Amino acid sequence: MQLTNRAKPVEKKAMNFSERIYLPAIMKGMSITFRHMFKKEPTIRYPEQKRDFSPVYRGVHILKRDENGAERCTACGLCALSCPAEAITMTAAERQPGEENLYREEKYASKYEINMLRCIFCGLCEEACPKEAIFLSNSIAMSNYGRKDFIYGKDRLVEPVSPPAEHVNNFEEVRREKWLSDTGREK
Amino acid sequence: MEFIFIAKVLLVLAILAISLLVATYTTYAERKVAAFLQDRVGPDRAGPMGIFQPFMDAAKMFMKEEIFPKDSNKFLFILGPALAMLTACMTSAVIPWSKDITLMGHRIPLQVANINIGVLYVFGVVSLGVYGIMIGGWSSNNKYSLLGAIRASSQMISYELAMGLSLIAILIMSGSLDLKDIVEKQHGFWTGSYFSWNFFRAPLSFLIFIICAFAECNRAPFDLAECESELIGGYHTEYSSMKLGLYLFAEYVNMFISSALISALFFGGYNFPFMDSIGNENAVAIIGLCVFFAKTFFFMFVYLWVRWTLPRFRYDQLMRLGWQYLLPLAIFNILVVGAIIMWRMM
Ligand code: SF4
Ligand code: SF4
Repeated sequence: MQLTNRAKPVEKKAMNFSERIYLPAIMKGMSITFRHMFKKEPTIRYPEQKRDFSPVYRGVHILKRDENGAERCTACGLCALSCPAEAITMTAAERQPGEENLYREEKYASKYEINMLRCIFCGLCEEACPKEAIFLSNSIAMSNYGRKDFIYGKDRLVEPVSPPAEHVNNFEEVRREKWLSDTGREK
Repeated sequence: MEFIFIAKVLLVLAILAISLLVATYTTYAERKVAAFLQDRVGPDRAGPMGIFQPFMDAAKMFMKEEIFPKDSNKFLFILGPALAMLTACMTSAVIPWSKDITLMGHRIPLQVANINIGVLYVFGVVSLGVYGIMIGGWSSNNKYSLLGAIRASSQMISYELAMGLSLIAILIMSGSLDLKDIVEKQHGFWTGSYFSWNFFRAPLSFLIFIICAFAECNRAPFDLAECESELIGGYHTEYSSMKLGLYLFAEYVNMFISSALISALFFGGYNFPFMDSIGNENAVAIIGLCVFFAKTFFFMFVYLWVRWTLPRFRYDQLMRLGWQYLLPLAIFNILVVGAIIMWRMM
């Protein structure tokens, strides 16, 4: 029975003389590889060059601030609940009088951690958030020497105040720039 | 007399240094050529275009921890890589690098030892090379090493036969076992009626010889002795540090020497077209040296090129090729060449 009509009958012909001595095939193969010597390689030399990601790329998270620079997150925990990888943990705290410029809502996350080794970058946290506080940015997760360093706390997740409102998590960028200047390489 | 002696010592040192340097940079070339053939960049971080990479690799090799497997025979374990390296370097002694140079009234031959059995010497030393691999593989006390060593030795023994027989045609034509003589017989590029290089006179010999040379050097497509996908690393599985480095290095030295041998035996060595129209003998010798190295480097490139093109042979295919095809073909070749020479003498 055939489900599709794309099946091809297998033919096993005996090899003829020129196939059996292999040499023509070897010559052909070598000419193919030789032609590749002159092809332009598609390599992107990473720290010096960076490729563009698509606008919907799901990279490292960023916790956004509102237009006044206050953190948007209200520690409702919906992101942690929606997370299939259980990568998010947080501790809630009450906003004290005088902290209105720091936190937008009365409750905020005093501790907010994402374990980047657990995270599968599915973006469900972004989807679940009622306050538009968490987004997945277009920067890739950094490499580190220890597992501990992959637990990103608020220090690395919250959007920096200055430069404002740039939709990138620029820790990777900062490190990359440092590496480039340390080794004296051109961008 | 003294002058000649000093010149000889300098020549030996220079050849040793050059073959080591060339081998060092072949490791770099291997990675670069592999990268280019596969549309990649290759090592490019150490220095401009990564040209310091081989030195970094060597430094790394020296600094690695040395590990002796438990229950291995320590003496033999060290002897293995040492032998491999020694035999690899010894072969270069008989290769005629160029014509004699006249310096301050002395004729200095650019060949360490002009012995009249050069070809036999090369074969002798090359077959000693299998000891390095065999001893190393056996003394590691590891199955994979032993399998790799057995494969390497049976492969080398089988292919040496066809290699030797393929050369007999060349020996009949030049009537000498002396490498210098063989090269001199291929003088220039054109002798009156036909090309003078042995490649054009005995192409079949060349084909058999180059296939066997690949097998002798344990290079792909005949790298069954190392065979990463089946035997981890083959005979050097248990080796670490510079002992591993010496094994890998010996392979590249072998490659260099066999490329030099191929260009000397088949492609006229230091001979080049129109060499008689240059009057100055020293100039001819120096250009000849450059030409010889250019030919050698070309064949080293072929080695790399083939490695990154062809898949590995299976073991039974390897044995079948060696015994059932190359050996009869080599004998047939001797008959043909002999018949042609007889016919021309009559
Ligand atoms: S991206 Fe997905 S896996 Fe990662 S923290 Fe958000 S919900 Fe969890
Ligand atoms: S990031 Fe959004 S979903 Fe997660 S705790 Fe904060 S407000 Fe709630």
